[in-house]
Amino acid sequence: MADPFLKVQDLKIHFPTDDGLVRSVDGLTFSLERGKTLGIVGESGSGKSVTSLGILGLHNKRNAQVSGEIWLDNQELVNASPEDVRKLRGQKMAMIFQDPLSAMHPFYTVGHQIIEAYRVHHNVSKKVARKHAIEMLNRVGIPQPDRRVDDYPHQFSGGMRQRAMIAMALSCDPELLIADEPTTALDVTVQAQILDLMHDLQQEFNSALIIITHDLGVVAELADDILVMYGGKAIEQGPAQTIFEAPEHPYTWGLLGSMPRMDRPVADRLMPIPGSPPSLINLPSGCAFHPRCAYEPQTGGLGTTMVPELTEAGGGHRVRCHLPSTERRRIWAEEIKPKLEAGQ
Amino acid sequence: MTYIIRRTIGALLMLIVVSMMTFAIFFLVPRWAGGSAENLAARYVGRSAGAEEIAAAAERLGFNDPIWLQYWDWIKGVFVGSTYDLGTGPEACPAPCFGYSFISRSPVWPELVDRMPVTFSLALGAAVLWLISGVAVGVLSALKRGSIFDRAAMSIALAGVSLPIFFTGLMSLVIFSYQLDITAPGGAYTPIEDNPLEWAYNLLLPWITLAFLFSASYARLTRAGMLETMSEDYVRTARAKGLPNSAVITRHGLRASLTPIVTIFGLDVGLLLGGAVLTETTFSLPGLGKFSIDAIARNDLPQIMGVVMLTAFFVVAANLIVDLLYAVVDPRVRLS
Repeated sequence: MADPFLKVQDLKIHFPTDDGLVRSVDGLTFSLERGKTLGIVGESGSGKSVTSLGILGLHNKRNAQVSGEIWLDNQELVNASPEDVRKLRGQKMAMIFQDPLSAMHPFYTVGHQIIEAYRVHHNVSKKVARKHAIEMLNRVGIPQPDRRVDDYPHQFSGGMRQRAMIAMALSCDPELLIADEPTTALDVTVQAQILDLMHDLQQEFNSALIIITHDLGVVAELADDILVMYGGKAIEQGPAQTIFEAPEHPYTWGLLGSMPRMDRPVADRLMPIPGSPPSLINLPSGCAFHPRCAYEPQTGGLGTTMVPELTEAGGGHRVRCHLPSTERRRIWAEEIKPKLEAGQ
Repeated sequence: MTYIIRRTIGALLMLIVVSMMTFAIFFLVPRWAGGSAENLAARYVGRSAGAEEIAAAAERLGFNDPIWLQYWDWIKGVFVGSTYDLGTGPEACPAPCFGYSFISRSPVWPELVDRMPVTFSLALGAAVLWLISGVAVGVLSALKRGSIFDRAAMSIALAGVSLPIFFTGLMSLVIFSYQLDITAPGGAYTPIEDNPLEWAYNLLLPWITLAFLFSASYARLTRAGMLETMSEDYVRTARAKGLPNSAVITRHGLRASLTPIVTIFGLDVGLLLGGAVLTETTFSLPGLGKFSIDAIARNDLPQIMGVVMLTAFFVVAANLIVDLLYAVVDPRVRLS
């Protein structure tokens, strides 16, 4: 079998600070094929955005230590020269950011910014690039693109801006598209439209898509694979169906329990995860999740002393937990699942 | 378009207010302080004049008219010209008439016009120097934050802001003109149309001295602005697009920090066009600044008023240009 299109191997991104070493990403491994979607899920500070910026090579070498391997279409990126990685950025891999208002330059027209993105990698005249920009705006569903192309970002609505941002990211037909919280800053009504749009365009371009989000609901319908991050590490990863139907990590259970669902009666309370995400500078000993974990006592003290390994649970499903696999499956089937389904 | 009209009307109103204030300071405040029309007139005829002579001069110069009429006559002179009579026959003062100096026995305006090229050459030349050097140093400092270059540049900038012109000017004259003999010794001005090389040679040291003072604050301003904009999301987006570093820094980072620089630049240049008093005095350049110092020393009221009005005009005009430039620099201004 050929190597996967994107392969990330033991990626570590550390930031030395005056207070100590911040291990934002600590040994992440995953792969992704063309046409497939990976959802990276986690709370703020779990290292998911740092991962995406790391793949694009956007970390400053002066304050970030990046190690491990990133293979994009059989080209290694971590040790490649900055100039080589720059040429790939925007061309082969592109990114969509969370807040399109602050992510677009306020002093340039939307068209100018798309044209700029296109002309960095294509030696064409401004006229040709402008035509391309209008075409891209049309493709992402912006009405009257030949007029809106000369508008400034602040003249667009939030949803339109995110569409323009997508048009900019897709202007060079990237094979890898990373969307960092693409819908978080948008109205709920617009969120679904943007997600649909990204899905359609992904099908059309057959690109690999990474969606980064704190909201499992966002990736529920789009993702083929899901990677749940906590404290800079993957704590559970595998096919989306498995993660939703047979999750084995207590943190993933918590995420599912705290997801509002329309098919549940209003009276049903959400089940939030107690506590708050750990500080990356001072991670809890042992399993980073143990202070918030209801099943920690069942690990016989292992949870507080030893970092659990990411172990195979069958079918590409990996879990980082001290509880025995049989015990995890029992808890899910007997305790968690019935609670989640209660009221249906 | 309405933005431009609104700003222009505002600038004109501002000029009218400034002219009223100037007039009030020189003609109304002395009255409030107890001075009579005769006290005022005495300045125009000299101390040795007799009381009757002074009273007659006060009448002829209109100092006994109501204050608003005096103001009106003064403003009218600016647009249509005027004549002054001090008993020795009428003296013509063609428009734009900013008063008539009885000490130098000539209208004020032509004298101002005479001095303008000197000040313009000095101010504009220095402005180009300090804008380029200040912004360049500021950008480099921000990009190499915490480096030896950054620390050294910011220390020098601090010195530049705190050292007065008459110190740096005289020091550089001593070193570069008198010891090393590579720059002009000051005191000379050659019009650019006569000999551009000599023009630049004579102005080189004043330019550098003046630019040093200003570039220091521009470097600090640019550095602060760049540190802020380079961490903005849109700069990250520019990088994510694969733009080369130089384009990210200039087109995205620097472009966004230009607004405050444009503002300060306009005001600084406007103020300097009315006379770089300290620099012109230090280097004995016959510009508007030297002119106003001399006028103050001679207590030549019409000349002082002329310079004040001219400076006010330059500042207001510079302000207007800055306002209009805002709309060019920041498209968000055009709508709001």
